[in-house]
Amino acid sequence: MHGSKISIWFFIGVLLVSYGVLITGYGLYEFATGTLANVQLAEVHAPLWWGATLLALGMFYLIKFRPGKA
Amino acid sequence: MLGLVPSALAAGHLPALLALSSEPLAHLRPLDIAVIVIYFAMVIWIGFYLKGQSNTSEEFFMAGREMTAWIAGLSFVSANLGSLELMGWAGSAYQYGILATHWYWVGAIPAMVFLGLVMMPFYYVCKTHSVPGYLDLRYGRGASSVAAVSFAIEMVLMSGVNMFAMAVVMKVVLGWDITFSIFVSSVAVALYVGLGGLRSAIFNEVLQFVLIWGGALLVPILGLVQAGGVDQLKAKIMHNMQSMTGGVAGDSYFHLWRDLGTFHSNPMGVHWSGIVFGLGFVISFGYWTTDFLVVQRVLAAHNLRAARMAPIIASFFKMATPFIVILPGLLGLVLLQNGDGSRRELVGEDVVAACSMTSAGTVANVSVCQAAMAKSPLSAAAQQKVLAGGPDAELHSYNQALPLMMVRYLGPGLLGLGITALIAGFMSGMAGNVSAFSTVWTYDIYKALINKKGSDSHYVLVGRLSIMVGVAVSIGAAYLVMHAHGIMDYVQALFSIFIAPLLAAILFGMFWKRATKWAGFIGLLTGIVFSASLFMWVKLTPSALAAVALSPDAKPMAENVFRALWAFIFSAIVIVLVSLVTKARPVAELDGLVYGATKLPKEDPVPWYKSEYTWAIIVVVLFAALNVIFW
Repeated sequence: MHGSKISIWFFIGVLLVSYGVLITGYGLYEFATGTLANVQLAEVHAPLWWGATLLALGMFYLIKFRPGKA
Repeated sequence: MLGLVPSALAAGHLPALLALSSEPLAHLRPLDIAVIVIYFAMVIWIGFYLKGQSNTSEEFFMAGREMTAWIAGLSFVSANLGSLELMGWAGSAYQYGILATHWYWVGAIPAMVFLGLVMMPFYYVCKTHSVPGYLDLRYGRGASSVAAVSFAIEMVLMSGVNMFAMAVVMKVVLGWDITFSIFVSSVAVALYVGLGGLRSAIFNEVLQFVLIWGGALLVPILGLVQAGGVDQLKAKIMHNMQSMTGGVAGDSYFHLWRDLGTFHSNPMGVHWSGIVFGLGFVISFGYWTTDFLVVQRVLAAHNLRAARMAPIIASFFKMATPFIVILPGLLGLVLLQNGDGSRRELVGEDVVAACSMTSAGTVANVSVCQAAMAKSPLSAAAQQKVLAGGPDAELHSYNQALPLMMVRYLGPGLLGLGITALIAGFMSGMAGNVSAFSTVWTYDIYKALINKKGSDSHYVLVGRLSIMVGVAVSIGAAYLVMHAHGIMDYVQALFSIFIAPLLAAILFGMFWKRATKWAGFIGLLTGIVFSASLFMWVKLTPSALAAVALSPDAKPMAENVFRALWAFIFSAIVIVLVSLVTKARPVAELDGLVYGATKLPKEDPVPWYKSEYTWAIIVVVLFAALNVIFW
């Protein structure tokens, strides 16, 4: 963001990466062990692909808006 | 923003839910708790980080007027995307079908485009810090003080109701203690807004926007997969609706305009004239163009073009919001199930409260429950199940449609993300209230009426202290509502009482050179009294609803839109009449304030694809197309 040392998008990147790591990690655990959560459509492994989406989006913001980048 | 929350939530039945002894809807796992804790850590970090950039009054109250169009636009739309709104409109979609979408489309898009293209230059060029500040420049201290005092009272009380509603939702959904929810959220909000001012509130609103989409988008995606696509969803809703539409055509749930010719031919009990003039004009324009809570976000833009572009960017996201709000409500109609596989039917908060269960799993007061269920659309089989007691006997309300859908699809981690989205929505709503309160209190009440000669640092200190006081008063209001339930209705009515007269004063002030100082003051004041009188009339004499909303078939949803319309017309007439008999200000004094008397600054040329007019045309075409598609 204009005028700030750290952009709001960087904060968003940090948050999304944190969530992406946690949720994808759990998705991998579910996928590897076959221990599915007691929710509908658990077999589509939403934590895996939704977590990966958050992680990818977060990485994009984290890198593009990292502090000190010209 | 509670003012735009549907009457299903505004009916004041939330406190009754406190009496329920039911199991919470969801149980969080350690991964969910970690997701919530990370969010709180992030907002506090942002508050501390931004403290060093909020030292002057311009930085603290106006975020240094440094926001890009994207930041201001996302913050603008996010300030309105509270959790009560999300849950309330998902519940309304369950109850009324896609008619609830009117509050996102006709009830927002035209006003947002009008704000960006037509009104923003005046707010921005006169360099006002607030909407009451504009009234001060245009009409003088009288109108400004009426607006500032009413707005300040409204903000802290609304914040209290918001806080209490959040605590009730957290108790019902997660089983959290009321006091725990109130204090944790209050301390976090006081800390990050008190430290970083408006900049911190805006940053967190953008964060909340991302969280809400990240946490809620998965529900309609998975719901559509399970329903078998849109056509299957429609067919199943038509099948389910046959038993509960009370004479309204089942496919009314999928039409925005077709059945609005009469009050009784649509599930909401509204008429197209109320939707177009009451909602689409008075309530929508009143909220999106004069409510300082949202306008403050755009005033923080770094130049006029960004200020004009921000509401237009926001309107794209506003148009998309029904996908994460209305669609889950519709999906809930066919997908929510009891443990035995039968369809779970949701009802109003009043029926849930009337049928509260004892710890033994039976209805506490059978006759009260029977009477309440008889008036509801609950099927005979579902009524029998409730009275028989047992595992699936407990009723859930329309407002729980979204949390129930979340619990249905979201496992560990993802559920935490969904709950964090709700918490973030509540907190940013509260932060919006207290940051707007702080600005109006400091500039339009303290500086204007109490201490005109303070230093800049003194006003920043007053602003920080007023945030603490605002949060403390909000906590008091939350507990007041908890112990005196009836007050909630009155507090929630404040928005609709103030907004229509304020819109009349602003529009005439901005577009009619002849509007005078006395006309602004008297029109605003008498309009508020008139609007409050209409509210009290219907409150004390419910049959008066038929007169206010022009039909015996009108439902409470229609009252809000028609009351706003009459209050606007009343204020407009008063402003015109008083202006004609009092002396107008010389045109030369109206530069920067009134259309026709202002020379707007020439903006640097930009390519067509960066022009606000190009994007406004795209918004309008999309808006028209959506209304035709869902006619």
